[in-house]
Amino acid sequence: MPRRPVAPPRAPVTRIAAALALTGALSACNTVVLKPAGDVAQQQGDLVVISTLLMLLIIVPVIALTLFFAFKYRASNKEANYQPDWDHSTQLELVIWAAPLLIIICLGALTWVSTHLLDPYRTIGRIDPETPISAQVEPLEVDVVALDWKWLFIYPEQGVATVNELVVPTNRPLHFRITASSVMNSFYVPAMAGQIYAMPGMETRLNAVMNRTGDDFVGFSANYSGAGFSGMRFPVRSVDDAGFASWVADVKDGGEKAAGTLDAPTYLDLEKPSENVPAMHFANVDAKLYGRIVDMCVEPGKMCMSEMMAIDARGGLGKAGIHNVEMLTYDKHGREAALDATRNPDAALTRELAWVRALCEQEAGAVIDNTVEAPEDKNSLTGFGLSAPQSLSLAGQNDSQSTLARPSKTSRN
Amino acid sequence: MAIEAVDHSHWSPLLGRLWWDAIPPDPIVWATFAGVMLGGIALVAALTYFKVWGYLWKEWFTSVDHKKIGIMYMVLGLVMFIRGFADAIMMRLQQALAFGGSEGYLNAHHFDQVFTAHGVIMIFFAAMPFVTGFMNYVVPLQIGARDVSFPFLNNFSFWMTTSGAVLIMASLFIGEFGQTGWLAYPPLSGIAYSPYVGVDYWIWSLQIAGVGTLLSGVNLICTIVKMRAPGMNMMKMPIFTWTALCTNILIVAAFPVLTAVLTMLSMDRYLGFNFFTNDLGGSAMMYVNLIWIWGHPEVYILILPIFGVFSEITATFCGKRLFGYTSMVYATMVITILSYIVWLHHFFTMGSGASVNSFFGITTMVISIPTGAKLFNWLFTMYRGRIRFELPMMWTVAFMVTFTIGGMTGVLLAVPPADFVLHNSLFLIAHFHNVIIGGVVFGVFAGINFWWPKAFGFKLHEGLGKISFWCWVVGFYLAFMPLYVLGLMGVTRRMRVFDDPSLHIWFIIAAIGAAVIAAGIGAFVLQVAFSIWKRKELACDGDPWGGRTLEWSTTSPPPHYNFAFTPVVHDIDAWEDMKRCDVAAPKSGFLDIHMPRNTGTGIILGGIATVFGFAMIWQIWWLAAITFVGMVGYSIAHTFNYNRDYYIPADEVAETEAAAHGQPLPAGA
Amino acid sequence: MTATTRDTMTNSTATAASPEARTAAFYELEPHHHPEGASTMLGFWIYLMSDCLIFAMLFAAYGVLGGNFAAGPGPKDLFELPLIAVNTAMLLFSSITYGFAMLVMEKGKVRATQGWLLVTAVFGASFLAIELYEFSHLIHEGAGPWRSGFLTAFFSLVGTHGLHVTFGLIWLFTLVVQLSKKGLTPANQRRLQCLSLFWHFLDVIWIGVFTFVYLMGML
Repeated sequence: MPRRPVAPPRAPVTRIAAALALTGALSACNTVVLKPAGDVAQQQGDLVVISTLLMLLIIVPVIALTLFFAFKYRASNKEANYQPDWDHSTQLELVIWAAPLLIIICLGALTWVSTHLLDPYRTIGRIDPETPISAQVEPLEVDVVALDWKWLFIYPEQGVATVNELVVPTNRPLHFRITASSVMNSFYVPAMAGQIYAMPGMETRLNAVMNRTGDDFVGFSANYSGAGFSGMRFPVRSVDDAGFASWVADVKDGGEKAAGTLDAPTYLDLEKPSENVPAMHFANVDAKLYGRIVDMCVEPGKMCMSEMMAIDARGGLGKAGIHNVEMLTYDKHGREAALDATRNPDAALTRELAWVRALCEQEAGAVIDNTVEAPEDKNSLTGFGLSAPQSLSLAGQNDSQSTLARPSKTSRN
Repeated sequence: MAIEAVDHSHWSPLLGRLWWDAIPPDPIVWATFAGVMLGGIALVAALTYFKVWGYLWKEWFTSVDHKKIGIMYMVLGLVMFIRGFADAIMMRLQQALAFGGSEGYLNAHHFDQVFTAHGVIMIFFAAMPFVTGFMNYVVPLQIGARDVSFPFLNNFSFWMTTSGAVLIMASLFIGEFGQTGWLAYPPLSGIAYSPYVGVDYWIWSLQIAGVGTLLSGVNLICTIVKMRAPGMNMMKMPIFTWTALCTNILIVAAFPVLTAVLTMLSMDRYLGFNFFTNDLGGSAMMYVNLIWIWGHPEVYILILPIFGVFSEITATFCGKRLFGYTSMVYATMVITILSYIVWLHHFFTMGSGASVNSFFGITTMVISIPTGAKLFNWLFTMYRGRIRFELPMMWTVAFMVTFTIGGMTGVLLAVPPADFVLHNSLFLIAHFHNVIIGGVVFGVFAGINFWWPKAFGFKLHEGLGKISFWCWVVGFYLAFMPLYVLGLMGVTRRMRVFDDPSLHIWFIIAAIGAAVIAAGIGAFVLQVAFSIWKRKELACDGDPWGGRTLEWSTTSPPPHYNFAFTPVVHDIDAWEDMKRCDVAAPKSGFLDIHMPRNTGTGIILGGIATVFGFAMIWQIWWLAAITFVGMVGYSIAHTFNYNRDYYIPADEVAETEAAAHGQPLPAGA
Repeated sequence: MTATTRDTMTNSTATAASPEARTAAFYELEPHHHPEGASTMLGFWIYLMSDCLIFAMLFAAYGVLGGNFAAGPGPKDLFELPLIAVNTAMLLFSSITYGFAMLVMEKGKVRATQGWLLVTAVFGASFLAIELYEFSHLIHEGAGPWRSGFLTAFFSLVGTHGLHVTFGLIWLFTLVVQLSKKGLTPANQRRLQCLSLFWHFLDVIWIGVFTFVYLMGML
């Protein structure tokens, strides 16, 4: 039998389920979490629905029984059987422990598989349910920095950057590298994919794709970060390849949003706290800037985190390094740090000790790549044959987080 | 946009950071301050006029009686609950107004304090005192004891908790409270990003209250382990006592973690340490891990005793033995243990690997198995029962339905990829309010209605109680179901202004829900006031509900010494067993009863601790030093007091018993 | 289940027995002695375990931050193992002498108990003095707790232990005074036992500190 040419995008059962689970009121509003525009978010949204249905198997009977028993065994109903000493039944006890257990076993299996498949560090295995990723496709890389209180997006491939505006090509895999300048934020575009924290001095990853063009998506910080938090929102547009190319050209050409070149001094100025910032376009970007942001050494005279960690891995600098405090201090001056530094750039430069830099061979700003490849068999729901993403042991949980999220570049000593 | 940069760097040796700029520049706060002051002055004046200060001091503040301390905890909880609810109303109003370009009526500085204070107050100073109050009041009575193991420590614990509450209230008018969210994640809560006193208020109020909580945990464990009536082995303990035992084990094993984390954060803030800083090798992720290692067990500290409350109520009002006592006990223990290995589910989005995330996701789901078993146990207790729908039972049925929904959304959030899209959203807010209101708050109202007659000798008015009940239930669903929807629409928490007009209607519904809840709280306050007024009509005997456990075997209110004769236990439902065997309480042969003496040390130490905390917050170093030495010195001085107990003579016991039972004194007594 | 949790004997027979017999079966009519302070040791033990958790957190923090030297000095650059060995010896000796104090307490000798307590205090104070010397030396060199994550965790862990020893000493002196006032009353004996637990507990913690921080840092 020939297959139907166009299969429904999702299993019909999910569709019906979604319709059943959500009432009319719900469907009237834009529940972007359940009806997103990106395949990753769609799978996550489907998981919300499937898990809910699985649990309703036990929740509905419990609630129904509660109401039924409450009604049937009311004191005024003298007809009902009354057994004041009946307090045990092995069969029943077996059922009340086994029924939730079975559901949790199903849900646990679903969790294990889906958590691995939808790990934000894992490259996506498909564009959408029908379209596998071809080997030639390079994902578009976007470097994301959460600033006080706006978002910076750097497009290294295109050499442009924007503030509070994210434009991505439709149906091309997206690879986000995410960090923050001062405090924790969370990078979240509900229509595209689930969120992940943006943390200073560390990098997190997100792999996603947009399947629908559109210019009415939004992204925001989903982790409270201070006074300007409410305004940390940005419009997200998904455009076709041609549209993306012309948008990049626009950014390069300048225009009303043009803000020049994004280099270290511009960044240090941009980093200062500000609220409800309108979109900005940078036609050129210092290629090393993002790495230095993650390494917390954009400001002249600061030692990079990766350098510091490499030195630490070799046992520190001994007593000779005791007084190197200024070049390592970033956070302690808080939001005023950036202000001071730009006011007085020469003072910062004199703080630098050349011999410390000479000790470190690494180039600042290079970050270890801990991306996990998508599984070969995209339809594998059994979990069989999946490579373990970060080969984590439970005991080394703190370790694993630091290797994952930190720009660690351990030297080979 | 301009950033309000207020310079708070002023410091003087005499007053530390305390200066005129500590007065919040906010008319809303001034109005509140004026109201509180007027109310306070009126209260003090009334107390002075009716000359009750001496009575309060002698009979309540210095009392080591677990019953009075329990009631004081409940009063503290209620006062702070109303404060926390005022914060909730402010938030709902702001979010319902701040649409279409409107900034609402709260600026960021104020709004961010409001949501931080709401969370901190509701968890630490409303819910915690409520459950501690229940455990204090009920546990010794249920196990047939005359007091707790360490009665003085109990009084001290209460005053330390109160001291923390006083500090948090002071932050409303002097300086500011934290603007960090209730768990104050660094680096935001570090000195670099929160330089003024807000986070210090947070640290010291929790630190001081935490001492009280920890000591009360130690106290209750010892009480339950050591002071049970003869015959009551572990598997004959009432289920509320069981849940109290597990809760206090959780407290003792979790609160030191909070103490340690708060100390680390204060070291960072006060002395420039590098635990959680971005630079010099600190790790903010360590804070998030540590605080949740305390934070998750804390959730169970709140809900476990409430499970116990519902178990007692269900058995009592169904007129039936609790179904599956043994599995209930094991479920409680399993929850106790599992609650320590799920903490990472609060931050799946921090970038741990998939294996770590799924491990913690699955352990979280596993907790739902014993919890589900408990629900079934209550269900089958109702089965073939004779359910009397008095107020406590009504709250219980509402709890069973509501909590089940909240539990379901909780398990949903335990699936890491689902959490990626719902984390920090209003869906999450709806979930935990669904379990905390549907569980803890409903349970507190059930418990208050259930044990009030025991504590005061008269029932609470039923009609007003029903109004309160229906307002709460309807209000809860109105206020929080819209938040589930908003969460699915991708709306995140702690937002102050909104631009998407399609969200507006849901926030308005939620605000209406909050108003209905306010009516429910009002009805409850009225219910209490009206019942006190009509207490003669509502009077009851020692066992108004047909109770099953030992607290109902004594008079209402129980005498100071609880039991003239210690009961001997043969069954789980000891009092039901006595009634069934038609046992008469002994009417003669009373003995002297050994009791602890009241002491003012607890309230004095609590008072000094408050001043110490205040001095540390404002960096008034001389005052901090004096009060610290004062606390240590006073504690040492207290240990030189060996005269801590006395005997109630047998005659007095006989008189009290006769008066309570309305009988003449037996000859020769 | 019903049969196991319920005392069937009383249930079936009690109803048949006389009212007085029933009352006697359900109430404790004879006076029974509640030993005073029966829960104290248990309570103090639970408190110690909670204290142990605070140290566990500090050890965990040291485990996480212990390698973060922030391009500054590490353990090998800073610690003087011989000094720490002397320090450790002081604390271990103090534990032994406390043990002697407890032995003479059992025999009811007030003076000897006080004497051994004071010897313990001398050892404890020497321990503190050496620790303070070490700290001031480090801070003088510029290696204070604010220098790096490693030093933060080090000062917090060792300092918290030192703070406990300080409070132990204050407590010890208080007990010496109480012994001269009231002698070896049951209450005072109980207090001595609690302090004994506390003192040995600090010893155990120190062995952990010595092993994980000093030995493993230096080797």
